[in-house]
Amino acid sequence: MRLLICGLLSLLAMAGGTRYKSPDDLAISADGKRLYVVCSGSDEVLAVDTGSLVVLGSAHVGRVPRGVAITPDGTRLYVTNSWDDTVSEIDAALMKVMRKLPAGMEPTGIALDSSRRVLYVANRLSDDVSAIDLAGGTDARRLVSGRGASYVTASADGAHVYVSHIYPEVGKFRTAPISEITEIDSGHQVVEKRIVLKNAGGIFHMALSRDGRLGLAAELRPKNLIPLAHVEHGWVFGNSLAVFGEEIGGVVQMPLDEIENYPSMPFGVAISTDQTRAYVSASGSNEVLILDFAKLIAAARSPQAARLANDLSASARYVLARVPVGQNPRNIQLSPDGKKLYVANRLDDTISVIDTARSAVTSKIVLGGPTPLAAERRGEALFYSSAFSFGHQFGCANCHLDGTFDGMSWDLEPDGFGIDIVDNRSLEDLKNTAPFKWNGGNPDLQTECGPRTERFFFRSQGFRGNDLEDLVHFIKAIPLRPNRYRLPGGEMTPAQERGQAIFSRTIKKDGTPIPYQLQCFVCHTGPSYTNTASVDVGTGRASDRSPLIDTPQLTNVVNSAPYLHDGSARTLEEIWTVFNPEDKHGVTNDLTKDELNDLIEFLKTL
Amino acid sequence: MKTALLLSLTLTATAADLPHFRWQNFTVENGLPDNRVYCVAVDGDKVWAGTDNGLALYEAGKWKTFSVADGLTHRAVLSLALDKRTHDLWIATMGGLTRYSAGRFDAYTQLTSGLPNDVVYSVAVQGDFVWIATAAGGARLNTRTRQWNIYNERNTPMYEIWTYSVSPAEDKVYYAVWGGGILEFDVKTERWKDYNDPDGETELVLFKDQGLIHEITTSVSYVKGILWAATYFGASRYDGRNWRNFLDKDSGLPSNFLNQVKALDGDHAWFSTDKGLAYYDGERWATYRPALETHAPEMLVRDREGGVTRVPVESAPAYHYTFGVDFQGNDIWVATAKGVSHGIRNIPGETNP
Repeated sequence: MRLLICGLLSLLAMAGGTRYKSPDDLAISADGKRLYVVCSGSDEVLAVDTGSLVVLGSAHVGRVPRGVAITPDGTRLYVTNSWDDTVSEIDAALMKVMRKLPAGMEPTGIALDSSRRVLYVANRLSDDVSAIDLAGGTDARRLVSGRGASYVTASADGAHVYVSHIYPEVGKFRTAPISEITEIDSGHQVVEKRIVLKNAGGIFHMALSRDGRLGLAAELRPKNLIPLAHVEHGWVFGNSLAVFGEEIGGVVQMPLDEIENYPSMPFGVAISTDQTRAYVSASGSNEVLILDFAKLIAAARSPQAARLANDLSASARYVLARVPVGQNPRNIQLSPDGKKLYVANRLDDTISVIDTARSAVTSKIVLGGPTPLAAERRGEALFYSSAFSFGHQFGCANCHLDGTFDGMSWDLEPDGFGIDIVDNRSLEDLKNTAPFKWNGGNPDLQTECGPRTERFFFRSQGFRGNDLEDLVHFIKAIPLRPNRYRLPGGEMTPAQERGQAIFSRTIKKDGTPIPYQLQCFVCHTGPSYTNTASVDVGTGRASDRSPLIDTPQLTNVVNSAPYLHDGSARTLEEIWTVFNPEDKHGVTNDLTKDELNDLIEFLKTL
Repeated sequence: MKTALLLSLTLTATAADLPHFRWQNFTVENGLPDNRVYCVAVDGDKVWAGTDNGLALYEAGKWKTFSVADGLTHRAVLSLALDKRTHDLWIATMGGLTRYSAGRFDAYTQLTSGLPNDVVYSVAVQGDFVWIATAAGGARLNTRTRQWNIYNERNTPMYEIWTYSVSPAEDKVYYAVWGGGILEFDVKTERWKDYNDPDGETELVLFKDQGLIHEITTSVSYVKGILWAATYFGASRYDGRNWRNFLDKDSGLPSNFLNQVKALDGDHAWFSTDKGLAYYDGERWATYRPALETHAPEMLVRDREGGVTRVPVESAPAYHYTFGVDFQGNDIWVATAKGVSHGIRNIPGETNP
């Protein structure tokens, strides 16, 4: 009764709601009667009755919730609040937040361990996993994971916990991306294994077979080392599944692509309990793939498996159907009996319900949210869609993961000779930073995202007219994530204060003046720390058309390694310890190591 | 005759109270990458050894080796520190700091990180902090925020920046500064204090227990509120009020040239010297080594009155020049200049295989 009243109140509230729900993650009760939907747009968790498909209640949580875990008895939900660095513990019957638990920077995925006393939380910006002690409510220990730790899956018995990563490791300049699946022994709360994924970056959700001996991870295989001229050859992104586990004896990457019809950005994964089917959401092409699990595993075990990774005909062996769903499907959830598959359509504010026997969407749960859609929301759908690129191979969001970056440098131009290698910049806080491109060649976002994208990226059709304006609206509105290094009230640590003094200095330590154009704050000025001018800071390469580099914004620069226009600096330190020998990129060679550390501590706060 | 028998029984009783070991030695012939072993670290059933030519892991009776090609920042591994919560291993090398975590190596150098200098002599873990001693000062890495703090002559009483060893605890952190005595960091107040040899940098000992024995400190070990220090000219113990110093002439130390001191508590400590491995139980001393002249296995016991007895033993550590130790239950592992030694403790009443 209480839940019903909560549900009615919730429905009333939604009728006047002004925020898009943006369903992102799902969990289901053991009896299959309640589906819990994490809504990253409205900062809430919804409880849905799976019989009536009605939203029964909601709980407001922290900012931008992204992941949910449910206790086996269904009494508690745990939701990561990615912008608050906390986890909300929710009484599932009351849909009431009972307490908030601390986590690392940008907690995203979450799972419970075998004892049900420890939560494992993937922290995207601190590149680690929090082991949260539920009894004490503390972030008791941090386990080293890979870069951009984001999604967590536990084996059915909770004994093993797997963590995937959306960013590849920061490697040497112009080397293939490498990521990992971090396997945690939850009994001992230690990392027991790292499953290395070569040529992979952008690993999303995972699923495990019931016996835990096989795992699947949705992944991207970016082809960033070769020129983007090869879009038509399928050589920009491979949309894949990583198959791992004891039954495989390692890891094999299996393609999902079809020639000229790519299921772009595989995101959510599920395996039926009878292990006959696997399901994968393709968040760029708005569909769910249904796979014959046995045939997939047979292909993964075949002697040819290693070379199948780039074989666009391989998926015909195991992909049975591609079921259209809503916009930007994210995570998926099978009902306990395996008869229904729920799909979180993030940009539709709906849940598609697939009848697994019929392999078709049979109903839709409408979660609410404003209508008609605003320009920003329409633009967001375009941003995440792969419909504009050749063969639906990729969309803007492939490289700008969740509106940010992918941690790689790319050979974007059509020359085919490695001219103008560029680091992928984050799109946060881009609004007032025109011109665009590292060489400042595009005066506005309409130019950047319109004809240029069509010609150099998509090789198919581009954004035009109202679509283009909507897309630009969205990009300009991409929010800036909270900075984790600023103290409350605008105060600074002593190191940050010393660093700020270095950033602001006009004379060298020996008393001689620093030329105006080499003072940090001259170029890195204003609210986004860019004067929007192009400058030669001595980092141009012979392979660059021009040594002039568009001054990048520095907001949240701490998150976006690698650095410099081509991504050659792996860390902030390297910008000056390696790539500034002649003091052209600010005067830094008179600084001691501790002073350089102070400068970096200040830059982390921007 | 009666007196002689009594003396013999007394000596035997004295020796019996001190740890006896059966020594198992490992060299390149057993799979080590080099015989010059600078450090060892025990992780449960596993043992790590840092050598002049890479890192080695002893597991299930076999040595596995890791090199620069695997991700070490330098071939010469000088110090190891295990994070007991995560089982990550921090590796101090002559070319930077490396973290090993479940098969993965992460490098920290002065070019790529906030590390003050690539010559890293010592590393230690305390909670979420990694403490580091380098040739250009000390450093602390906060593993949660990734903030680096550097400690040198500009923000501490350090007049010499060649830090050689670090020993952190919840309340205090101590640095052995080679040629600069000892630095103490108060965790609560974040203030520094230095301890120096009251006799200056000379090798004289004018007033024996007046302060630190010598400025050339090589190792510190702070356990249960007691600081132990090793120098190239003797050892010291400091309880926060009084100093007590140890020299080879008036203690059981086999040499005043010490590479490491590792304390078990306020009364028990192990000393790695150039002339053998020494143990002190608060009153008595034992030295374990191949005899300097004959190289025959040797265990010397010095009783509280200063009497020295040679105890018959059948094995000894691989070499008398020792760099450091770590403990595995009742057993001890020793890094020597000619291999790694596993001291398997003889427990009275138990039979060893």
